[in-house]
Parts: sequence; structure tokens; C-alpha cells
Amino acid sequence: MSTLEIKDLHVSIDTEQGTKEILKGVSLTIRTGETHAIMGPNGSGKSTLASTIAGHPRYNVTSGTITLDGEDVLAMTVDERARAGLFLAMQYPVEVPGVSMTNFLRTAKTAIDGEAPKLRTWTKDVKAAMAQLRIDADFTQRNVNEGFSGGEKKRVEILQLELFKPKFAILDETDSGLDVDALKVVSEGVNRAHAEGNMGTLLITHYTRILRYIKPEFVHVFVDGQVVEEGGPELADRLEEEGYDRYATGAGAATIAAASAAAQA
Amino acid sequence: MTDITTEKARIGAPSAQPFINGFTEEGESLSPVNAAASKSPLAGEAVKRHSHGGGVGIPDSSRAGRLTSYKLADFKPLTGMEEDWRFTPLKRLRGLHTEVLNGAAPSVSVTAPDSVTVETVGRDDRRIGSAAIPEDRVSANAWENFTEATVITVPAEVQVDGEVSVLLTGRGTEASAQHVVIVAEKFSKSVVVLDHQGTAVVAENIEILVEDGAQLTVISLQEWNDDAVHASSQQAKLGRDAKFKHIVVSLGGDLVRVTPSARFTGPGAEVEMFGLYFADAGQHLEQRLFVDHSVANCKSNVLYKGALQGRNAHTVWVGDVLIRKEAEGTDTYEANRNLVLTDGARADSVPNLEIETGLIAGAGHASATGRFDDQHLFYLMARGIPEEVARRLVVRGFLNEIIQQIKVPAIEERLTAAVERELAATNH
Repeated sequence: MSTLEIKDLHVSIDTEQGTKEILKGVSLTIRTGETHAIMGPNGSGKSTLASTIAGHPRYNVTSGTITLDGEDVLAMTVDERARAGLFLAMQYPVEVPGVSMTNFLRTAKTAIDGEAPKLRTWTKDVKAAMAQLRIDADFTQRNVNEGFSGGEKKRVEILQLELFKPKFAILDETDSGLDVDALKVVSEGVNRAHAEGNMGTLLITHYTRILRYIKPEFVHVFVDGQVVEEGGPELADRLEEEGYDRYATGAGAATIAAASAAAQA
Repeated sequence: MTDITTEKARIGAPSAQPFINGFTEEGESLSPVNAAASKSPLAGEAVKRHSHGGGVGIPDSSRAGRLTSYKLADFKPLTGMEEDWRFTPLKRLRGLHTEVLNGAAPSVSVTAPDSVTVETVGRDDRRIGSAAIPEDRVSANAWENFTEATVITVPAEVQVDGEVSVLLTGRGTEASAQHVVIVAEKFSKSVVVLDHQGTAVVAENIEILVEDGAQLTVISLQEWNDDAVHASSQQAKLGRDAKFKHIVVSLGGDLVRVTPSARFTGPGAEVEMFGLYFADAGQHLEQRLFVDHSVANCKSNVLYKGALQGRNAHTVWVGDVLIRKEAEGTDTYEANRNLVLTDGARADSVPNLEIETGLIAGAGHASATGRFDDQHLFYLMARGIPEEVARRLVVRGFLNEIIQQIKVPAIEERLTAAVERELAATNH
């Protein structure tokens, strides 16, 4: 049983106009076996949270903590975080020229496990996982994400999720840009990984559509860098019907609340 | 809907009016009228007076109009403004374009199976000039100054086991001239490796004659010392149904400029041209190739890949492919890819494709210069791969596409190790 704990996280980025705070005090605890959905309108900071957990250099943590089973994640380099068991399925997977999928998957697996996977079982595992995600076998010969369609890139992210077996999976808008068939295939992959029982999932999404296939126990609504509402799956249903509009005024209120809290402190 | 129909009709039909000034729907306008008006030294009157290779009256916008001559005097002194010299730092040529090239040329040592004939001949040998004619001043200077040439002949119908290895070892920094002729006679099959090492300031002409039905691979390795200056014209003439594969690998040297060309003289021939270069801080590695499709039904495929790292690392790739009017059924593709690993490096890449007939099987060109940037690094590291491993993974993979074309295991291993050494030097 593992715990990923985020406490009062403040994150800013450097822009041409100066420093801009994006996360304004986020707290969240995820345990093995749990699925949490983070939902919110564009620009609310959902993806910033995902990238910050993975350690993207663009995001500066100004205060707060992230710990994995008590270990300080923020003190780890990007690769150390991955080896510690964190996996970020990216919203925009990067094309890496010159590196074949085969080579990449094996190198990453070796780095994560600390030893090279046994060749025969590994090849079999890769093939089987690809077949389940309906990825053509010839993808192994292609360069990482190079020339893949949006849907193919997302499937390959989930392929890695299934092969690398992280303690926590953070899915950053994995559903965006997918048609219904691809969405089902990708969701099944996440559910398979989850069903093995050793993973916690943080599902970041703008739409409620993916929640028909992946069932979260906890739903957190993100607005303007803060969690403004939390609940069970029923909250997602409500968002499906009402959208994010009712938080439009709430965002202002939250900012005022934060400001007054800061003043009191 | 109506608009679309009109548009299609217009594109399909021959048009009296060009889309763009100077261009027709077939491509750039090559009207001889332009030539007379041009003031370029390589165009108009200059071409009419000097060219031995046709192209009379064709302006210098066409590769066909390039001056070719065995005489140094026909080439004007270089200013650096010439199209084919505009990227080259002339000051670093160490006199290859201005001096009499009478320094000691790199020593030549050939290791070849008995079936292959190796000779050292004088300037008057009949095979000199059988495949090449200088296309620039430095090449002409080398032609005027070389004293002896090495001629390697693979006799007709001989299939050579193993490769012919030509070791060219530099003998100092006095400007020198070198000449090598490789003849692959009819229906022979062979691999020739030109292995350039040591320190030299040398202008070189490599003539390559690939006779009818012959299959020849020529691999030119430039693993010079850091102070070497090398200008190498490597011209191939291909007979009917000949298959020629040319691989250029430039890693060492201060300035290396390789200008390979392939000319077809009979139908059914195929040429593949590959290149790999890895420029470090301060290095200038230039490659300018020319594929001249002058007969029907020939194929060419070109791929050059380069990596750059360090301040003022500079690479140049110019790929000229000309499909002449008579070269119907031509199938050609050329591509250049560069990977810039650090700030301060510069890759110039210019693919030129001239097409004078529409009756071809295919013609394409591509060029891409990308950075190994923080996004790649983040992606790979986010999968647990440490930074150094990630960097090597990318460069090794990128260049391996060319290395695996060599198919001589000992050389593939040597180059893989050389690339690793280049990478190990990244952290400076």
C-alpha cells in the first residue's frame, strides 16, 4: 500500500510578464487502489499539477510538499521520480527522433526496474499489451511517437503504463482528442492496470465522457488553481449536466477566501 | 463547390500565365534569356565560353549551368560570394584554392584481395579523366597539381569477398593534391573504403567509374586529426543497370568539404548516397552533392544525417538533384536531417530539386533540422531514463540509420565507437 500526498502546493511559472502563480494551495492524498478524478475548466491548473508531480522544469514549486510514502518527491530529479513509481501519461507526448519504440521501452523498463527485463518474456509482454491496445505490431520499429496520430500517441502512453507498472499513474487529459473507440481501448488499458491492485490513479480531464469507462471514487473540481469542490462520482454526474459555469462566480469567491486567509495568517 | 471545380480545372490545364513571376506551373523558369542578363561569373557568357558539360545559356540558378573544366585558369579566384562557396570559410582552406598544391599528399596504402588490381600511375594514364571533371576551383587546382594517381580496378564479373581498404594517411600541413580512380568493370561487385586519417591539407579528386551492370559501394571516412583541411570531389559515372552506393562519414578535421556527384549514362542504373557527420565546437563539415539524371529510368535515393554540438560547430548540406528533360521515368528522393545538440551550433541545409520533365515516377526532397531539446529530455527522463543515457539514446539512434547502411561489420563497430567518443565529449 502506497500513498501519494500533496500538501498545500503552490506552483508558479515564469512568463514574459513576470512570475505567475498557477496552483494556489492544492492538497490531495491518493492511496493504492484509489482512482481520483480532477476536473475543471481550461486554464484551471489541472495539467500544471500533473507536470509538477512529474517534475517538469518549467514549473516552480514555491511552497508545499509532495511525498511518496513519506519520501520527498520534490527533491528528486525527473528520472528518479519515475523510478520511484510515478508515471505521467502526457497530454502531448513528445516525438523523439532516432529512438525506436523497442529500444525506448526496453531502456525505460531497465531503468525503472534496475535490471534488464528477461528478453523472451519481455517481448511477449510487449506484444500482448500492444495487441490489447490495438497498436499495430510494426510500431515497435518506428521511432517514439514519430508520425503517430493523436490517438496512437495516447495508446502508446497507456502501453507504457501497463508495461512499467507504476505505483501511481497520473493521466493528463488522456481522453482529449480521442474518438469513442479509442477512448474505450485506452480506458480498458487503464482499468487493466488498475485491476492488478498495485496502482493508484489520478485522472485529469476536462470532460466527463471518460468517466463512463473509468470510475473514480473521488472527484475534485479545480478552478483557478484550487480545489473548489470535492465529492464522489455523483459530482461528476452533476458536472456533466451543469458544466463548470456555476463555478465562474465561485472562482472569485475562492480567490477572496484565499486572500482573506492569507491576510489572517 | 463551383469554386473548387474551377480551381481544379485551372491547375490541371496548361496555363499561359505563370502563377508566380519567374515560375511556370512546371517549376522555375529556365529561359535562356535570363542567362544573358545575368552578371554571375558562372552564368551567361562565362558558361558559353567555358562549359564542357552542356548547359550553354542556362543561368546559374540551374545546376546544369555549373562551370566544369580541367583547367584551373578557367575558374576565377574565389571571393566567397559564389553560390557553391558561400558557406565555406575560405580563410580556413589553408591555400587549397590559392596555392600551388605541391606538399606531400597523404600516403596511400591499399589492402585488397588478389582479384583486384591496384596501380600507381602518372598523369598521362588513359583512365585519368574517365569519370570526372572538376566543378570548382579547388578540385581543378588538385587536378592541375597531382603528380601520381592510384587506380583501383575491379575486373569484369569479379565478385570481391571482403572490402578493398584504401588508407590515406596525412603527411603534414603543406597544401597537397591527391588523385584516386576506382573502376568497377562490367558486372563486378565490390566495396571500397577510403579511410582518411592523420593530419593533412589536401584537395582530392576521386573518380569512380561504375560500368554496365556493376555494383559498387564506396565508403569515404574522414576521421582526420583536428587540424586537417580536406576538400574532396568524388564523382561517379554510372553505366547501364549499374548500382552505386556512396557513403560519406565526416567526423574529424577542422574543415572538411566533400562534393560527391553521380551521373547516369545509361538507363536502369541506381544510386544511393548516404552521409553521416558529427561536428564539434569550431568544426566546419560541408557536403554538397549532385545527382544528374540525364537519361531515362534511373533511380536515386539520398539521405544525409548530421549531429552538431558545441560553439561554432557548423555543418552544410546542399543537395542538388537535376532531372533533365530526357530523363523520363526518373525516381528520386533526397533528404537531410540534422540534430542540434547544444546552443551555438549551426546547420545549413539546402535541398534543390530541378525537374525539367513531368514524365517521372517520383521526385521528392526533404530537410529537417531539429534540436535535442528539453522536451525530448523530459519525456525520456519521465520514463526513468537518466539524462546521459537519454542523450546517447537519441543521438545513437539518429545516426545509426546511416551506420547500418555500411554493412562492413568492422567499420560499423568502429564508427559506433567513434560516435560514442563524440558524445562523451558533449559535456564541455
